[in-house]
Amino acid sequence: MAEYRIGAGAGGLGRPVPYRRMVSSAQPAVYFDAAAGAPLHPVARQALAAALEDGWADPAKLYAPARRARQLLDAARAAVAETLRVREDEVYFTGSGTAAVQAALGGVTGADRAVWVHSAIEHSVVLHAADRHRADGGETVPVPVDRLGRVDLAAWRAAVHRPGVGLAALLSASHEVGTVQPAAAAAAACAEAGVPLLVDAAQSIGRVPVPAGWSILIGSARKWGGPSGVGVLVVRKGVPWSPPEPLPGGQPGLPAVVAAAAALRAAAGEAPAEAARLAPLVDRIRATVAATVPDVEVVGDPTDRLPHLVTFSCLYLDGEALLHALDRRGFAVSSGSSCTSSTLRPSHVLEAMGVLSHGNVRVSLHRESTGEQVDRFLAELPGLVAGLRAEAGV
Amino acid sequence: MTGSMTGPTEPLDCRGQRCPLPVIALARRLPELPVGAVLRVLADDPAAANDIRAWCRMRGQEFAGSPAPDAYEVRRTR
Repeated sequence: MAEYRIGAGAGGLGRPVPYRRMVSSAQPAVYFDAAAGAPLHPVARQALAAALEDGWADPAKLYAPARRARQLLDAARAAVAETLRVREDEVYFTGSGTAAVQAALGGVTGADRAVWVHSAIEHSVVLHAADRHRADGGETVPVPVDRLGRVDLAAWRAAVHRPGVGLAALLSASHEVGTVQPAAAAAAACAEAGVPLLVDAAQSIGRVPVPAGWSILIGSARKWGGPSGVGVLVVRKGVPWSPPEPLPGGQPGLPAVVAAAAALRAAAGEAPAEAARLAPLVDRIRATVAATVPDVEVVGDPTDRLPHLVTFSCLYLDGEALLHALDRRGFAVSSGSSCTSSTLRPSHVLEAMGVLSHGNVRVSLHRESTGEQVDRFLAELPGLVAGLRAEAGV
Repeated sequence: MTGSMTGPTEPLDCRGQRCPLPVIALARRLPELPVGAVLRVLADDPAAANDIRAWCRMRGQEFAGSPAPDAYEVRRTR
């Protein structure tokens, strides 16, 4: 069982405290929130330490340590390009996945005057940018999804063929419900219409093959086991895009970029075996939760989905209360319920799908997740849900 | 269906309550009404519009529309 060192605690300033000691349960902590950020891959840890030692100089300078730093940066870029099967000069590193989206949208020629098309379930970073675009007098066209969270392809085709469309955005797979989008067909429609397609592949890169046909690709290193603070932006040659000056969020630190690239190469290598291991665990969660928890809705496409992520909503439950109850038992999960968000609004993804938004739990697995952990979660969940419902008088 | 009991009854006022409380109140109240009756729920939580519809779908009851902002009608069908 891994111990996630998450910073200074009771042991004194600067002394890391293992995550397991921070929960009251006698059981070791179980981290099931890889969709927010996977634990650092061991290869990334080694690469980070080596690059801190060897890559501290400014790679733009003209002396020996700078040249060494430059070599490390070039090698990281080459590794990312090779893994994503793109050209090295198509790869940009940003300070986060959010910054990568902002750089992507801010650099498309004429985007400020164009109509934007996006699915209704894009990451909130894209939706916030769309809000700003409308506030600046621009037009946006949200495309609905069905009950399983799959974009309406007929509406998508019609939307990208409208006059004046200069940009379309579709995530590869939903970070909230795991549904994989019909990206090839959506990309074909964009190609026909001559509209550049931005694909947010944050949940796919390093886990499942990235769909073809995109113009701009977005990733975030902490989702694949790299360090936080590194986003990846890939822009295909020929796309009318130039890097915004300055790059939103600034440049990430070189050691973090090196670690991100090392983690990506490792995760991509392990991905087929990991997907084959995790997908049946998610199937087990989907089937067992539906069978053992009354009045529950297991959400998202049961087959066309990410291998590591599952979401369900429990009727009559407060999502925040359920998260706290699970946390007390040592399980770290996430929720799209409104009571767990800073805005007190329900998840726009669950709302767009028309599925229950309260009592919502997202479980997302990673390379350290085990069948034993999943079984323990499944054994404890029905009792916790029943207890909370009894407290609420239902 | 009982033909005489299809009009709205006394509204269930859940304004000011956070989800899931309006849905819990709906689930408690509706079985007290005869099959065919329509219950109007007043709720201003941002999740209410979505979750009252979802409850109707999950429990096999009929969502009869939103006649006004923060108002939702549910018909007991079973």
